[in-house]
Amino acid sequence: MNAIILSALAGVVMMLSGIFTNKQSVIKLVSIIALLVLITGNVLQTYGHCSIQIDTKNLLAFSKAGLYFNTLIFISTFVYFILSGKAIEKAGVNVAEYFALIFFVLCGVSILTSFNGLLMFFLGIEILSIPLYILTGSDKRNLKSNEASLKYFLMGSFSTGLMLMGIALVFGATGNFSLNATGQKTAYDVLNAGILAPVGLLFIFISMLFKVSAAPFHFWTPDVYDGAPSVFTSFMSTIVKAAGFYAFIHLFETKSYDLGPSWKLLLTFAIVLTLLVGNITAIFQHSVKRMLAYSSISQAGFMLFSLYSSNTLAKEGIFIYTVAYSFATIGVFAILIYLKDYTFDGYNGLAKTQPVLAFTNTVFLLSLAGIPLTAGFFGKYFMLASAVKAGAPLMLVIVAVLFAAISVYYYFKVIQAMYFKQGDAELNDNVPTSFKTALIAIAIVIILIGIFPSTVLNWLYF
Amino acid sequence: MPIQYYIYLALTLFTIGIIGVLTRRNAIIIFMCIELMLNAVNLLLVAFSKMHNGIALVTNKDSMVGIDAQLFVFFIMVVAAAEVSVGLAIIVMMYRNTHSIDVNFLNRLKN
Repeated sequence: MNAIILSALAGVVMMLSGIFTNKQSVIKLVSIIALLVLITGNVLQTYGHCSIQIDTKNLLAFSKAGLYFNTLIFISTFVYFILSGKAIEKAGVNVAEYFALIFFVLCGVSILTSFNGLLMFFLGIEILSIPLYILTGSDKRNLKSNEASLKYFLMGSFSTGLMLMGIALVFGATGNFSLNATGQKTAYDVLNAGILAPVGLLFIFISMLFKVSAAPFHFWTPDVYDGAPSVFTSFMSTIVKAAGFYAFIHLFETKSYDLGPSWKLLLTFAIVLTLLVGNITAIFQHSVKRMLAYSSISQAGFMLFSLYSSNTLAKEGIFIYTVAYSFATIGVFAILIYLKDYTFDGYNGLAKTQPVLAFTNTVFLLSLAGIPLTAGFFGKYFMLASAVKAGAPLMLVIVAVLFAAISVYYYFKVIQAMYFKQGDAELNDNVPTSFKTALIAIAIVIILIGIFPSTVLNWLYF
Repeated sequence: MPIQYYIYLALTLFTIGIIGVLTRRNAIIIFMCIELMLNAVNLLLVAFSKMHNGIALVTNKDSMVGIDAQLFVFFIMVVAAAEVSVGLAIIVMMYRNTHSIDVNFLNRLKN
């Protein structure tokens, strides 16, 4: 409860702080303090010191895993604020509002990690997405940003409509919204209740594929990620996506058996298609930002494996994957924002002028590609290992490994441009030392997790 | 009235909404179609609520089974209102820059 209430309050505080001060550094400081309070509140609740007790009538159920996931998400947001805080200040005039909207998104995340029924699931998804429509369009004068925002909004509300239809049909079959109420199968003659629940779940499944940008419902992703201001793309493609996956898994853990054997078939189809579309299209991109959008689709393909297996290994995997993927992508985007030219050529010769940026960027990209000794390797390893344990066909795992190998190609194209090509990468701004220090710290964390993945996982049981 | 009629009506409205979203080119009309989809769901939820309540009433006179679907409808209305406020703002912003709300204009990002 702490996280939900504190994040909503923090959002309101940020909105008001915009009235009292125009100094952007003050607003950023307030937001970081609010985030630290939020992390503390959440950790306190994880260990049983819940300061706000509310009877939620079984709508919310707090589990240790969910609360720990909250903590990871908040820490990723903290990293995001530290690395990209400056870029948020530059994104537009209403800095306080951007921070407020980010806190409202975090409120949605905290609901999504603890929902115990379809009502809270729906509310969480909506609280998560509505602020994002605004953040996408925050660059008001930029036509690309406008377009991305409208597209995201129309697609988002369309998928909400599908989700609601699914929820209504599931309700029709079971007569309540609770997650583990699997049908007091109403022996109602006129209604063939057997078909309502599977069809409803199919609708929910499709709309969740929309939200986590998995194929075949990924088509909005590249346009929206490309058009949105880069800072907010980095937020959307990491923190929000990871939270979406947690909700996806949490929901279908209990519900998937209504779909019967076709569930695994559907998922296999989605996984293979997502990996195929994400990786193959990413190869042909000229803009690094667009490449990252496609690569985020292909990473979604790997995260879908945790849905496929849904055992303890998968749950551990989604935690590692969240940390590895979020940290690395936030880092890559933070460096990207400093560059003038977003194409691959824009990176030419970065290693000569900015060795620290080039080196840390290399670590992040290696982690995204899943090279051993980085956190990304264990993310992918846990996903595939859990799938093998759950008895996935070996062919599926082999296909995933092949696509991971393909992904190395486009990640290494950036590294190649930085180190082996002539040119002088132009930067927008001087790179402050504090930024470099933060980048190095994140790179070290990624390597440490790559060597000792249990440091992240032990907290789950401690 | 049998429950099927309500289901057919709601599904028809929902399908009209989907077809509208997929075929129309005017952002406001697409938006209206999305609202139509949401309202079809509202109708279905209320019908199901009454149905489940009716079944439960047979055995228990003061049964509250199925009431939560009607609560859900209120939440859908609230969320739809929030979406309208954000969505219309986005459409207005778009109109100011391009003087058009035709979604066919939305192809700048393709290249």
